[in-house]
Amino acid sequence: MKHRYLPMTEQDQKEMLDVIGVSSVDELFEDIPEKVRFKGLYDIKAAKSESALLKELTALAAKNKDTNANVSFLGAGVYNHYKPVIVDHVISRSEFYTAYTPYQPEISQGELQAIFEFQTMIAELTGMDLANSSMYDGGTALAEAGMLAAGHTRRKKILVSETVHPEYRDVVATYAYGQSIEIVTIPHKDGVTDIAALKELIDDNTAAVIAQYPNFFGQVEDIQVIGDIAHEAKSLFVVSSNPLALGILTPPGKLGADICVGDAQVFGISEAFGGPHCGFFAVTTKLMRKVPGRLIGETVDGEGRRGYVLTLQAREQHIRRDKATSNICSNQALLALAASVAMTALGKQGIREMATQNIAKTRYAKNAFEAAGFTVAFQGAHFNEIVVKTNKCVKEINKGLIEKGIIGGYPLGQNYDSLKNHVLIAVTELRTKEEIDALVAEMGALHA
Amino acid sequence: MHNENQTLIFEISKEGRVGYSLEALDVPEVDLGDLLPTNLVRTEAAELPEVSELDIMRHYTALSRRNHGVDSGFYPLGSCTMKYNPKINEAVARLSGFANVHPLQDESTAQGAMELLYDLQTSLVEITGMDEVTLQPAAGAHGEWTALMMIRAFHEANGEGHRNKVIVPDSAHGTNPASATVAGFETITVKSDETGLVDIEDLRKVVGPDTAALMLTNPNTLGLFEENIIEMAELIHSVGGKVYYDGANLNAVMSKARPGDMGFDCVHLNLHKTFTGPHGGGGPGSGPVGVKADLIPYLPKPVLVRTEEGTYHFDYDRPQSIGRVKPYYGNFGINVRAYTYIRTMGPDGLKAVTEYAVLNANYMMRRLEPFYDLPYNRHCKHEFVLSGHRQKKLGVRTLDIAKRLLDFGYHPPTTYFPLNVEEALMIEPTETESKETLDAFCDVMIQIAKEAEENPSIVQEAPHTTVVSRLDETRAARTPVLRYQKA
Repeated sequence: MKHRYLPMTEQDQKEMLDVIGVSSVDELFEDIPEKVRFKGLYDIKAAKSESALLKELTALAAKNKDTNANVSFLGAGVYNHYKPVIVDHVISRSEFYTAYTPYQPEISQGELQAIFEFQTMIAELTGMDLANSSMYDGGTALAEAGMLAAGHTRRKKILVSETVHPEYRDVVATYAYGQSIEIVTIPHKDGVTDIAALKELIDDNTAAVIAQYPNFFGQVEDIQVIGDIAHEAKSLFVVSSNPLALGILTPPGKLGADICVGDAQVFGISEAFGGPHCGFFAVTTKLMRKVPGRLIGETVDGEGRRGYVLTLQAREQHIRRDKATSNICSNQALLALAASVAMTALGKQGIREMATQNIAKTRYAKNAFEAAGFTVAFQGAHFNEIVVKTNKCVKEINKGLIEKGIIGGYPLGQNYDSLKNHVLIAVTELRTKEEIDALVAEMGALHA
Repeated sequence: MHNENQTLIFEISKEGRVGYSLEALDVPEVDLGDLLPTNLVRTEAAELPEVSELDIMRHYTALSRRNHGVDSGFYPLGSCTMKYNPKINEAVARLSGFANVHPLQDESTAQGAMELLYDLQTSLVEITGMDEVTLQPAAGAHGEWTALMMIRAFHEANGEGHRNKVIVPDSAHGTNPASATVAGFETITVKSDETGLVDIEDLRKVVGPDTAALMLTNPNTLGLFEENIIEMAELIHSVGGKVYYDGANLNAVMSKARPGDMGFDCVHLNLHKTFTGPHGGGGPGSGPVGVKADLIPYLPKPVLVRTEEGTYHFDYDRPQSIGRVKPYYGNFGINVRAYTYIRTMGPDGLKAVTEYAVLNANYMMRRLEPFYDLPYNRHCKHEFVLSGHRQKKLGVRTLDIAKRLLDFGYHPPTTYFPLNVEEALMIEPTETESKETLDAFCDVMIQIAKEAEENPSIVQEAPHTTVVSRLDETRAARTPVLRYQKA
């Protein structure tokens, strides 16, 4: 068959069959038992030409309301941020995106060095000693952090704050079930982890305490207090963090975190309906040999030239098999590259400026909502999200907003019974004053 | 010597340079000290680089030139299916209506994305012969673990929570036993026999009332089809276990044999292998899982369904679900690419893919057979495994052969895997490579075999042409340097 991806000609086929010593391709499949042999063709849609398929899928994509054509106030773990155009140019270089895991370091120095730089930037932002080369996403990174803590402490209970992203908590619970680890939720009080409840719940079987910083409601919790309580019980302190916020917040590493995870989607990565994003995993040196996934290390070649290799592989599944620290193999290398480019573009100054803009615009939105008569549920310190109380179903409000070209916030009632008719509004640096004013006005009108 | 080092981005940083562009703040400025508790205001800036946009582009362009991808040259890395990554896939994934959709938007505003996912699920059901597919797992290993968790839930729901053993062949990918452990199982290894297939007699010995599942790759990692698959599946089923298909090698059997017809109860696929999602230098992947009807209740939440009105909906009302395995719905961007590929190939195309992949592998195997040991001499599927035993006796190891290939611009085959072949070289050409490419590679392999006899040092000291020579991995592991530190 002729196809632009298949260079085989009839002549090639004939010559190759001759060398093999068979008369037909079918003979090569004779080891498949007759009883289970699939005959005929798959019942799937017929092939389309490049142009026709592009046309069809462009139309399909256009059925979605996207965050370019609409004004988005939706966050809840995935954000509409500034994406430096240069990011896509770098990750479109096919030397990067068509490569496999860098098993052959001599011809993979580009990838290896780029990820070494990623590890450095994540370690810098989180204030941790070291970071790995990436995880699938923030949620599975958090689950792996919990598993690491349970293995390290040989304890079977993990306390997770209710202010941690609900979908992340769900993923932690699934992993924990596999390892027979008990998950106990620490309730929130006024939008932050209830410290009194934490003190009641923690005991000498607690492997880890997990908190989020800034938390799911956008509140900036004093996680140092939580970390101190965890350490008193000889538990590990695990922090899930938004790395953009760490441009202006004291890093978890300085507040007692033993493991800091999160998602680098905020750095130049598209929302992409939830993935691929870029989990990161950073730890103290003490936990270095228990980290899941790939680590890139610096070394030298025979001539003394600096170079980079996959290292400490004795932790990993391809060496240790059932004794590995994790089963992860593929990670999110290309997204780690994207995040590196965005972090590099922002740089030391830009990340502060961008993070500060987020907090300033969110503060402006908070004031505007309150001036318009809305109640903002939690009054603690916030980063780029606030919780606004509404007088009707958030989904209904969002249906009205989308007609005005606005993607509304996240309806919290679906995860928190006490927060029916509460919406989580995210305000990033991309939102203008006019857009924020329009949101408040439209929500006010939909209320009336 | 030092000036030969490739510069790190941190080493060209200069205070005061910027590479970003933000609008001026259009709302009142804030004082962080007023808005945040004092101890939570960062006092020491994160040491990110300070560079211009051109600095960044030159830096990463230089790095890209120190990297080999499929677009750079032949990449016959066994079990990794390094086929061509179509460019239309990249274009489609970047359409704003796919790239810029938030996963938590109201379903009514994401119907196009959901329709694509549903259609992909449906196609994968047909391709695997399963009854239902979830697209949530992020990669192959994640899919393995997801399926094992479902098997565990199935046994527990049937009052058989005592089933705690997962059987894995000695030739299996390392992720299989690792995933079993993470899912809370113990692994039992079953041996391969002298033909390279699972030793049925050994399998009989290890199955029992504690068997939860058998994990199998078919064709196996030697590239050989497990001919006794029907018998093996019946054996596992007869003791109440489930049979799991590791889809890493699906490129070998598309339109030839479906896991669902071979007796498998569940399967994971690597969309970044068979279905051309690019490997990205190690990810992202996508690892959908297909299951037979009796495992459907345990699928991870949410399950994407089509309503009677023809709209698409995420169903969370799944009381027996193992729960969520990933935030949101999987690596959507990779699923878009895989879908685009399936639509590009169609039923005839996917059949040709497998036929040409297998033809290419057998052709190379026969061309190289006179020069390298071939431990299992029979038709292979999409890949084959040579042994460097003969060369080892001359002092040239498989590692050396791999490094010598670098001098000719090739990515080497997978080496030292599977574990049951001495000095293994596992070669997977894929269907997108031309006969000329295969011939040129074989010629070099033959030349290296001759060098091993006549001039072994040129092989032992390879590579000679790369930007760095062999790196000191012992030093890297003994004194780990995992980040840049300012001098």
